[in-house]
Amino acid sequence: MINRKLFFAFCLSLILTGGLLSFKLIKNDNRSRSHEAADAGLTLPEGFQAAVVADNLGSARHLVVTPQGDIYVHLAGTKNGKGILVLHVDGDKATLKSSFANFGGTGIAIKNGYLYASNSREVYRYKLDDNDQVINPDKPERIVTGLLDRRTHAPKAITLDNDGNLYVNIGAYSNICSEYDPNKTGCPILDSAGGIWQFKADKPDQTYGDGIRYATGLRNVVGLAWNQQDNQLFVMQHGRDELHNLFPKLYTVHQSAELPAECMFALKAGDNAGYPYVYYDWIQQKNMLGPEYGGDGKKPADSKYINPVAAFPGHYAPDGLLFYTGNQFPEKYKNGAFIAFHGSWNRAPEPQAGYCVVFQPFKDGKPDGKWEVFADGFAGTEEQKASGHAVHRPCGLAQGPDGSLYVTDDNKGTIYKITYNKQ
Amino acid sequence: MNIKITGLLLASFILMLNAVNAQTKKQAPGQTALAASMARGKIVYTSVCLACHMADGGGVPNMNPPLANTGYALGNKAALIKIVLHGFNEDVAINGKTYSNTMTAHDDLNDRQIADVLTYVRRSFGNRASAFKAAEVSEVRAASKK
Repeated sequence: MINRKLFFAFCLSLILTGGLLSFKLIKNDNRSRSHEAADAGLTLPEGFQAAVVADNLGSARHLVVTPQGDIYVHLAGTKNGKGILVLHVDGDKATLKSSFANFGGTGIAIKNGYLYASNSREVYRYKLDDNDQVINPDKPERIVTGLLDRRTHAPKAITLDNDGNLYVNIGAYSNICSEYDPNKTGCPILDSAGGIWQFKADKPDQTYGDGIRYATGLRNVVGLAWNQQDNQLFVMQHGRDELHNLFPKLYTVHQSAELPAECMFALKAGDNAGYPYVYYDWIQQKNMLGPEYGGDGKKPADSKYINPVAAFPGHYAPDGLLFYTGNQFPEKYKNGAFIAFHGSWNRAPEPQAGYCVVFQPFKDGKPDGKWEVFADGFAGTEEQKASGHAVHRPCGLAQGPDGSLYVTDDNKGTIYKITYNKQ
Repeated sequence: MNIKITGLLLASFILMLNAVNAQTKKQAPGQTALAASMARGKIVYTSVCLACHMADGGGVPNMNPPLANTGYALGNKAALIKIVLHGFNEDVAINGKTYSNTMTAHDDLNDRQIADVLTYVRRSFGNRASAFKAAEVSEVRAASKK
């Protein structure tokens, strides 16, 4: 009898091992088919290739690429005392030319012959020459100063419109304002944070009093861009954290991982996106009343708060937004939005997710159809991704003069160049 | 065919029995007070701390500090108790990296829960430091109330 038992146990283990092995082989086979080596470890749609054009730069945040093929990339901190690196791209290689700016930060943009760059309190601009080279790297003009930096959501991401205005994100220095609004009478920090401020692009030393609060109720925005098609500001909000931890009776661990949505908003002056009173549930497709203010996961929000124009899974952390206007990629990408998702942390104990570049199709300046993952594989193995120990984390996006898409990674300091070449 | 299925069922039954056996052994009454505190601490950690500090105590780059092998987690006991009780709202530099997320106060946890969870933190993720007693938490809580 014992022998038979042992025999069966032995058989079972053989079957199990066999099954596991064949599964592994199948998996490996799939991997080798996705041209990983040629694509810098990324998986991309048919016909696209990726190359690592630069590596180990430091914490590479946002970037711009000039018509002459120079890259200005902003580092979160300084490296050798410099916060902006200048590289020149030649094919699949970018060579470091110089560095300047004694401040690190996230925001960087080029408009009307100036390079704009921000740290967590200020925005500067540098005059460019006819070749888009910074004329005097040691003497920038300070455009905005005195913005709040209370560590949480401190980076001041920027963009500019076509009418001489500069837009600056001033993130809420809190998850959900609860420590500043104990009696739920209204979140007081919204007077100077939790929104997008508009300043003049050419007036020195502006501060709160000189700008206007263009839109409020935005928890934190890192990815933002001016849409040239309908002449409007688009932003990606980082949604709130900890629905389950703070309200275990109202939200399961799984709901808390998926909710709330990371939202894309199309903003007009005076819009209120509802933070901290409101969050968007992408599964119910509704703006919901936040649990801190009487919500229960079912009660809808007041309709005075704007709805997002597109919504993405919880905690993906959108750090880069770019409207693609190039001619290199297939027609469907034209005027659509690329979004760089930095990847989650507040999905634990569920597997972490994000760490990818997503494409959101647009038509006539508005999202049209379902988003899709465009570039994936930044995180490394499934285990590195699930545990949150991602190798690379997408942050900034830029379009090259030839229509190539550039993506920064602020973990290893990698810059990827993604091109299309249908063979 | 039938024999095979019976065999499979039998084998999985044996495996299950073994697992159940191991479980009961683990929870046998002879375990030490430390192991009991660790077990309770793990429950607190999972429901309160894990979302930010992660299951492996690794934290989140730039945001939530790691708890594995840091001067904070292994250092002064009263300071650690205070962080749990009152939260933490300043930039902290650990091994050359800064972490800036705000930690909320957890004074809703009772003394034993705090002692348990700190014991768990100090003896997990590769950490090996002394355990906490509920009385030590009471003392710090009382002192900070004045």
